Amino acid sequence: MNADPVLVVDDLKMHYVTRTGTVRAVDGVSFAVARGQSLGLVGESGCGKSSIAMTLLKLLPDNARLVSGSITLNGVDLVTLSEDQMRAHRWDRISMVFQAAMNSLDPVYRVGDQIIEALEAHSASVGRDAMERVRELFDLVSLDPTYIRRYPHEYSGGMRQRAIIAMAMACEPDIIIADEPTTALDVIVQDHILREMQAIQRALDMSMIYISHDMAVIAEVCDVVGVMYAGKLVEFGPTTEVYARPIHPYTKALMSAFPSVRGEKHELTTLPGEPPDLLDPPAGCAFHPRCAYATDECRTSMPPTVQRGDHWATCWNPVDDVGDE
Amino acid sequence: MNVSSGITSTASQALVSAVNLAKRYPVSAGWFRRDRSFIHAVDGVSFDLMPGETLGLVGESGCGKTTTGRMLVRLTEPTDGQVLFKNQSGDLEDIAHLKGAPLKDFRRRAQMVFQDPYESMNPRRTIFDTVAEPLHVQKMGDHSERFERVSETLSMVGLTPPASFLFRFPHELSGGQRQRVAIARALVMEPSFVVADEPTSMLDISIRTGIMQLMNELADRLGIGYLYITHDLAVARYMCSRIAVMYLGKIVEMGDTEEVLRNPIHPYTKALLSAVPVPDPEATRDAVSIKGSVSAPVDPLPRCRFYDRCPIADDYCRDNDHPPFEDKGAGRLAACHKA
Repeated sequence: MNADPVLVVDDLKMHYVTRTGTVRAVDGVSFAVARGQSLGLVGESGCGKSSIAMTLLKLLPDNARLVSGSITLNGVDLVTLSEDQMRAHRWDRISMVFQAAMNSLDPVYRVGDQIIEALEAHSASVGRDAMERVRELFDLVSLDPTYIRRYPHEYSGGMRQRAIIAMAMACEPDIIIADEPTTALDVIVQDHILREMQAIQRALDMSMIYISHDMAVIAEVCDVVGVMYAGKLVEFGPTTEVYARPIHPYTKALMSAFPSVRGEKHELTTLPGEPPDLLDPPAGCAFHPRCAYATDECRTSMPPTVQRGDHWATCWNPVDDVGDE
Repeated sequence: MNVSSGITSTASQALVSAVNLAKRYPVSAGWFRRDRSFIHAVDGVSFDLMPGETLGLVGESGCGKTTTGRMLVRLTEPTDGQVLFKNQSGDLEDIAHLKGAPLKDFRRRAQMVFQDPYESMNPRRTIFDTVAEPLHVQKMGDHSERFERVSETLSMVGLTPPASFLFRFPHELSGGQRQRVAIARALVMEPSFVVADEPTSMLDISIRTGIMQLMNELADRLGIGYLYITHDLAVARYMCSRIAVMYLGKIVEMGDTEEVLRNPIHPYTKALLSAVPVPDPEATRDAVSIKGSVSAPVDPLPRCRFYDRCPIADDYCRDNDHPPFEDKGAGRLAACHKA
């Protein structure tokens, strides 16, 4: 499956240093993304999803420390790059689409000019060529070309998000990191954008990391899914496998708390409690205070990795063993 | 009473009845702002809500669902139409004309829960002050009675033991706990009607389920009628026995939730439903058949509001007025010429 990995993340640790202590926001995460593959990262707020995105892009606040690990993009370790070298990689090889599309565009410049600026900065194309490229990009994301010369405030929320996606695609990067790109949008607009992103991703054979709290969106968009809890990946595997036969109790709990408009109306179960404080995470498995299957060893020792083919989880009491189906 | 709708229930049993509700906001343009046009935010909405019933109001942003909810609790004055509310003697009364004691009684019995638990609370007031404020305004009970009442309400919404929450401030609570405080503040008055405006859309999935279950349980136990406003059809499915789908200020379809989800009549409901992602990687969905996005209904043309985006509209829809909201058989109501 990882025959041709575009991105390999190995034992990545990123901590925030605060006055009250060290927040282990990303705590030893490893995964690989193959060419053309889309990886979903799910979990509740505060479990480290967005921190991973910012770490991969090295867009970190001053109090963040990249403690250890490597981020290898096409053979280049991004961790070792200087800020200037990293700037050359951003947009060009690795680009991003964020949730707050409103804030990602500069309100005083025409949208087309902002994309041209990105193209010229990476000398992807200049002058008339750049304008031609912007037209292509607008066409790709189904934006009316007359909007190239308009300002962000003239765009609707969905159109802005399309413009951001166009900008992210501008230099044909190897991988796009999308952090909740459709969360603020209405469902019909969300549906159009998700379908377009998937089509473009397939057409250009691009890789994608898609971050969302929405299990349904991940199910539709991603080939592979990673479930995050307290800064760690707790389950990882092909989306169909993970959704059909979750191993980790957290994954199972997330799924049974999620309402669906289709199929039988199953009873929703609540997941008690809240994600742990990463200043002082619980000993052993960080999920044990909320876990229905927790035993003594969960409270004291780190859980082992349970492997089922290319699907794995870190748990002492895997739910598929308990026969709780 | 329900002149313009085919609502089957008799209004006398209703807890709240919206009759042809409309809200228009003026927009000015041109030199010296001479050209006045109107945004028809809500345009002829009628429905009945029974005691203890949860009616869902669903639709995209800008469809008028929040404005409708605000008019029902008289936070926004309607431009046209009436809101009838069952008063103490069991009669339906037009809330627009309430004054003095009857208005105060209405304010006690009709409450609203807002979307954002971070914005809807004064950060300088303790949880006790926040929840006790309506009691204070209504001059109900003395301090010890209020204390008793607030504690009871907090434990009812799952903030236990109440003593550990009473004197904390909003910033010390999580989003889910704050939304529970917001619900407690609405329930402390023992209302018979609550408008809940997207109460769970800002919350994490794990916390959302808890709040949904709490609201369902309280509806059953206290017999509260909810108007549940949401953009999320999956949430509406778990909260509401009936749903009304709104589009540009109009209700386009209304009926039993499961019926509407299983077999939508209106092309807009169909599109909305097919746009909802399903948490099953093996499932496939049909492509959504409509294009574009919701526009602001500024001086809309006298034709079906959905005409511009409708996949099945024809010349008849273009040349005729917005279709009547009528019975399409089996208790299903929709406003469509073609369905």
